[in-house]
Amino acid sequence: MTTQSPLLDAMSIRKRFGGFVALDAVDIAIRPGERVGLIGPNGSGKSTLVNCLSGAISSDTGTIRFDGRAIERLPAHQRTRLGIVRTFQIPLPFTSMTVIGNLTIPLRFAARHHAVGGTTNDVEQALLILEDVGLRDKAHEPSAGLTQVELRKLELARAVAARPKLLIADETMAGLSNSEVDEIILLLFKLNEQGIAIIMIEHIMRAVMAFSQRAIVLVAGKKIADDTTDVVINNAEVVRAYLGE
Amino acid sequence: MVTFNLLINAVVTGILLGGFYAAVTIGVTIAFGMLDIVNIAHPVFIIMGSFVAYIVNRHFGFDPILTVIVAAPLFFLLGIAIFRFYYAAFESSGKGSLRGLAFFFGIMFVIEVTLLLAFGVDYRLVQTSYIGPNIGFAHIDLPLRMVVPFVGSMALVSGLYIFFGHTFIGRAIMAVAQDEFALSLMAVDTVAVKQLAFGVAIATAGIAGGFLIVIQPVDPSLGREYIGRVFAICVLGGLGSITGTVIAALILGVVETITSTIFGPSWAPAVSFAALLLTLAIRPSGIMGR
Amino acid sequence: MRRIPSWIWPVLVALFILALSRVVKNEYYMFAGYVVLQYIVLASAWNILGGYSGYVNFGSAAFFGIGAYGAVVLDKLWQPPLVVAIVFGGIVASLVGLVTAYLTLRLRGVFFAIATLALAIVLQTLVMNWDFVGGPLGYYSVRPDSIAGFPSYVNYLFVIMLGLALIAVLVARAIELSFIGRGLAAIRDNELAAECCGVPTLRLKVFATMVSGGLMGMAGAPFPYYITYLDPNSAFSLAYGINSIAMPLIGGMTHWIGPVIGAVLLAVIQQVATVTISSELNLMIVGVLLISFITLAPNGIVGLFERYRQKRQRRLST
Ligand SMILES: Nc1ncnc2c1ncn2[C@@H]1O[C@H](COP(=O)(O)OP(=O)(O)OP(=O)(O)O)[C@@H](O)[C@H]1O
Ligand SMILES: [Mg+2]
Repeated sequence: MTTQSPLLDAMSIRKRFGGFVALDAVDIAIRPGERVGLIGPNGSGKSTLVNCLSGAISSDTGTIRFDGRAIERLPAHQRTRLGIVRTFQIPLPFTSMTVIGNLTIPLRFAARHHAVGGTTNDVEQALLILEDVGLRDKAHEPSAGLTQVELRKLELARAVAARPKLLIADETMAGLSNSEVDEIILLLFKLNEQGIAIIMIEHIMRAVMAFSQRAIVLVAGKKIADDTTDVVINNAEVVRAYLGE
Repeated sequence: MVTFNLLINAVVTGILLGGFYAAVTIGVTIAFGMLDIVNIAHPVFIIMGSFVAYIVNRHFGFDPILTVIVAAPLFFLLGIAIFRFYYAAFESSGKGSLRGLAFFFGIMFVIEVTLLLAFGVDYRLVQTSYIGPNIGFAHIDLPLRMVVPFVGSMALVSGLYIFFGHTFIGRAIMAVAQDEFALSLMAVDTVAVKQLAFGVAIATAGIAGGFLIVIQPVDPSLGREYIGRVFAICVLGGLGSITGTVIAALILGVVETITSTIFGPSWAPAVSFAALLLTLAIRPSGIMGR
Repeated sequence: MRRIPSWIWPVLVALFILALSRVVKNEYYMFAGYVVLQYIVLASAWNILGGYSGYVNFGSAAFFGIGAYGAVVLDKLWQPPLVVAIVFGGIVASLVGLVTAYLTLRLRGVFFAIATLALAIVLQTLVMNWDFVGGPLGYYSVRPDSIAGFPSYVNYLFVIMLGLALIAVLVARAIELSFIGRGLAAIRDNELAAECCGVPTLRLKVFATMVSGGLMGMAGAPFPYYITYLDPNSAFSLAYGINSIAMPLIGGMTHWIGPVIGAVLLAVIQQVATVTISSELNLMIVGVLLISFITLAPNGIVGLFERYRQKRQRRLST
């Protein structure tokens, strides 16, 4: 590990739903510009961790620092404005709006808060982002009419429009074809080159292997591994969690 | 002057009243708490029950409470019909909440005005042997017209408690309330289950209407006074918990009667609103919530 | 065609009606017109929260009644000019909106709806118990026989309400077209997604509630002078509640013109019905229309019109 101070530093995040412990004292730290894969079996708490980090739900205990600030008490929209942006595993589009209309919301409400003196207007920026995810020709269509795959791309485009410093992509590639997976991976690399740190949550191991420098493994709400991707996938415990029984 | 005696009487009357409130609210606990259907027209179905009891009592001299128990299946069918309509129009399309609320608001007005056109603005009452006499012991006077509805309400609520906890259908409803999606995966017809539960909810409204007209004279717009009350109790009781509903109803009944004893009866409606706001502000999950 | 800004149309219509009010001598039209205008304010105000953000307010009567009784309080104290009473009613109503919204809007939307429904009833109770404003007996406001520059006091009230209607429509329109309106639309579509896109959802909802409630309070302030005898039942009548929901729903909630269309339509029907049949039947009509529209034409008249236009366009293009 380098000595660079982390962009995100979350410590002992705990979350219970009733009697069920969904997250059990999870620590997670992300350096600026890092590419991290977050993996784990279904129901292991990955999305719950995203929810706690992004402020969609509040964790029971734990501290979260982002860019040197304590943010665990901030509402979600302020965290988004600071630069933690997430996508939803089940796409939640603004159905009354067009595709481009969906992007103008984060452009207006989040990006303006830290955009670096961009000269282009919202519509141009939105079109550039749509170009990147391959939705350019759908820009003016109602988002209600999109296919599942298109909705996932829109979800990603909308997150990018918020101008993240840390992008958390929650299973963006589920249901995509092989070539589409490659496109998204390329896009994520491109975003990463612009300096955006990325947490990729994915069941498609090929994508995780290709993309991430580091992998974190959650099993039943506990972090069981956190190391470079090669080391993690050869870790016995991880193999057991995935292939065992 | 509020004497100790008066206070004891107020508490006892409040418990009787609160028991009755449990019957009034239990249908909302089912519809709102378990099925997530915000039936704000519930009180007006109660008033319908009162008028059914009134008509039958007036023309045939039947007992109002027995009447509504006999009429309960009709209310059950009415509930089923309304649920079907509601489901087809709103819930199946997913965009339910705002329009569903407005729908029940409209239903509330249509029924209220229909009653108003049919019966006028006058207060209606029923005649039975237990309206009038008191039973008393020590320094406490218990009017029978409150004791009988209290006993009836407790029987109704206990019956529902057993129904939801110990019968197959009741447990199916509870399961749908917990996790509709999981149940639909197990090939349970969740719509049919919800329809049935809503029918039960409206049936309890009809029965509560019989209790209501024993306790006090009823006019078509009386239901409005009960809107704040039933939702305050339902929320305070923890949305969907029968035990919670009963406890909350008893609390509200006692606080209301004490308030009327001390400040005068015209302040009673303010109690439920204060209870509602306080619950939402301090503990939105209610007394029984986790 | 795009040269003329669209806010000009409401202004022109208002000016036209103002001119008409100078010509028309029959006071009945002023009386009836006042009610229609009052409903334009209530419906447009309701729509700012209900239509744009999807949060149902059942308590229009509460905010309206606050305005009306605010005016009564001022009238008893020092009889200020009507405009002062209107501003006062607006401020108090929006403060009540602030508290209600802040306490309930952090939770699920239905709690807000239920709280507003109960709010109307509890405020009525409070006023019933408040002897200063007459309690259940109500309050007679003495209105001046005439007022400088106006043919009659009723004409004056009409013009005031015309001004309020114009303000309400322009405010609703401005919000709809601004980034606030975009944020409210995002909340309506999906609140969690909106919040995670940086939309300060709580702040926008509270803001919308305050503006909406404030406008309703302003609409209520001239009411004591309009009916001269105000009692709690007329100030907090649930008719305001159902009308201000039914009008936007029937007219169409996504465009500022929708509530105006709905208000004119329903208010005129009711004015005619009051004269020809009973006033109970009024509410019946509104209730039945409300139920039919939300089940059959959920996007209201504006929605029907748009569908027709799209169909025609498609036919023309093939
Ligand atoms: N709001 C909630 N209430 C109750 N339980 C919840 C809630 N959200 C999540 N859970 C439970 O927490 C556990 C973790 O869920 P989570 O969605 O975080 O898993 P995940 O790792 O994202 O799974 P997947 O790979 O399927 O997306 C699951 O058992 C889930 O049922
Ligand atoms: Mg997940």
